[in-house]
Amino acid sequence: MLHVELVLQGLINGSMYAVIAVGLTLVYGLLRILHVAHAGLFTLGAYITVLITNATGSLPLAVLAATLVVGVAGMLVYRLLYEPLLDRPPYVALIASIGLFICMEESYRIVFGPYGNSFDTMQLTQRITIGPIGMAAADAAMLVGAVVLLTGLGLLMKRTRFGIAWRATVTDPAMARSFGIDTIKVRYVNFFIASALAAAAGALVAVLNNLVEPTMGSVPSYKSLAIIVLGGLGNVGGTLAAALLLGVIEAYGTIYAGAFLDRDAIAFVFLIAVLMVRPQGLFAAR
Amino acid sequence: MIGAYEITLVAVVSINLMLALGLNLITGFCGQVSLGHAAFFGTGAYAAALVAGGLPLPAVLLVAGLFACALGLLVGVASLRVREDFLAITTMGVGFVFVGVVRKQGFLGAEMGLTDIPDHGLGDLGFVGLCLALVALMALLTWHIKRSWMGFGFAAVADDERTARTLGINAAAYKLAAFVIGTFLAGVAGAVYAYFTRFIIPGAFGFTVSISILTMVIVGGVGSIWGVVVAAVLLTLLPEFSRVINDYKLLLYGALIVLTMRFAPGGLAGVVAAVKARVRPGGGP
Repeated sequence: MLHVELVLQGLINGSMYAVIAVGLTLVYGLLRILHVAHAGLFTLGAYITVLITNATGSLPLAVLAATLVVGVAGMLVYRLLYEPLLDRPPYVALIASIGLFICMEESYRIVFGPYGNSFDTMQLTQRITIGPIGMAAADAAMLVGAVVLLTGLGLLMKRTRFGIAWRATVTDPAMARSFGIDTIKVRYVNFFIASALAAAAGALVAVLNNLVEPTMGSVPSYKSLAIIVLGGLGNVGGTLAAALLLGVIEAYGTIYAGAFLDRDAIAFVFLIAVLMVRPQGLFAAR
Repeated sequence: MIGAYEITLVAVVSINLMLALGLNLITGFCGQVSLGHAAFFGTGAYAAALVAGGLPLPAVLLVAGLFACALGLLVGVASLRVREDFLAITTMGVGFVFVGVVRKQGFLGAEMGLTDIPDHGLGDLGFVGLCLALVALMALLTWHIKRSWMGFGFAAVADDERTARTLGINAAAYKLAAFVIGTFLAGVAGAVYAYFTRFIIPGAFGFTVSISILTMVIVGGVGSIWGVVVAAVLLTLLPEFSRVINDYKLLLYGALIVLTMRFAPGGLAGVVAAVKARVRPGGGP
């Protein structure tokens, strides 16, 4: 029974990591930028969800608004910060991204206050029981939400013209251009989708914890960097596997390794170990 | 006459200067981006706190430096395996693992940290003198390294590692040397910090500290000693002199990182060099 609970808890956390990290891996695959500020967009999505739900009373409307606004914000981040840095060494964009992330966190603290905001009425409080497993509806929403979002992303990548253009651009930008693919547009759509996913993850976490805080992105931001490295960088399937695996390992680690290692450091132990042994990542395509 | 407040200022500025000079050697001279400098600072502080009861002060500084550079050597070995942005996130990982491990160790005081670190026994003036002497020594050391053959090796590795190798420069040895020396300086800074605050907690060596030090190096101008010194002093003192700036300190640091990276990658030193070149076209070095 303990194991069922632990695995379930791990999968719930892991699906949150997955939705955030998939956006990061999309950005990395296309532009080779480690986009730390992604977690700042995740936090923005969570805040918009809570504030609009409280103002209008409608959670679906709030989630829709959050994904749209944050998607556009992501495109702006690309246009204003990353695009001018593309021909510089890759760590320049990484450091700039960390700077932007700190600015975003501090702005949330200044604008929304340091103590966080909650829904006026708690959302999805029912309990669901399937056989022996019981969980809160918010937990179930996180799992189902992640599956729906990631399946949708998978279909988009495999079945649509945008997906074909995206994959072509990642494989060979020059060749894609010569076949008439607008690679600049691909970048903007890519940032829109990645950021909208981050906003959706933020909304799910807001419902799950009934709390949004300025610093709620800190742990996911650096941890999801570790996840995309473990997942083989730009490899969407590998990123999902790494995210779920990390969620479960953390759930077990809290019980069995809590005496000598902090839970949030587990991801980085794996990160360092994997980078030393296989610098190309755990699930790299090569 | 100097009061407690002035002593605090001198100590805090000196510690940040030592950290920034050390990181400048690793990231500036040798081009190895490190986002985990606070881990070496913390290693030095904890080592000093543990041995300060039994050893004289110079030995404590040395032990702190050696512990930090032992960890630095390990990370240096990692830098032989991964490069650029991957080295950056590896060092970031080292920072998180350091804090994550220290938080859980009983003999390091876990969350509560270590208290009752012995007095340095130098008196207030003596301590201020020690801080200033160490900063001067480290500035001279890095200045000397920059002008020496080793500095040339660092610059070659930073500029283009592959070409440096082709020319017969032992890139691996230079990278390890940069990590060992730079982290030794951070360890000594940690010991000074332990003597200064006389109690240390894991939270004092987190990611924010690493980023603050990196901000000083980047804003000053990666690789420029005077630029880094000016930036470290300004960025440490500005929040002290203005409450408004203190409240928004991290916002300021974040904004400075973004703006420097975006508009003035050479930092303060780069801007000054550009202005000089415009004032004296064709002249100057």
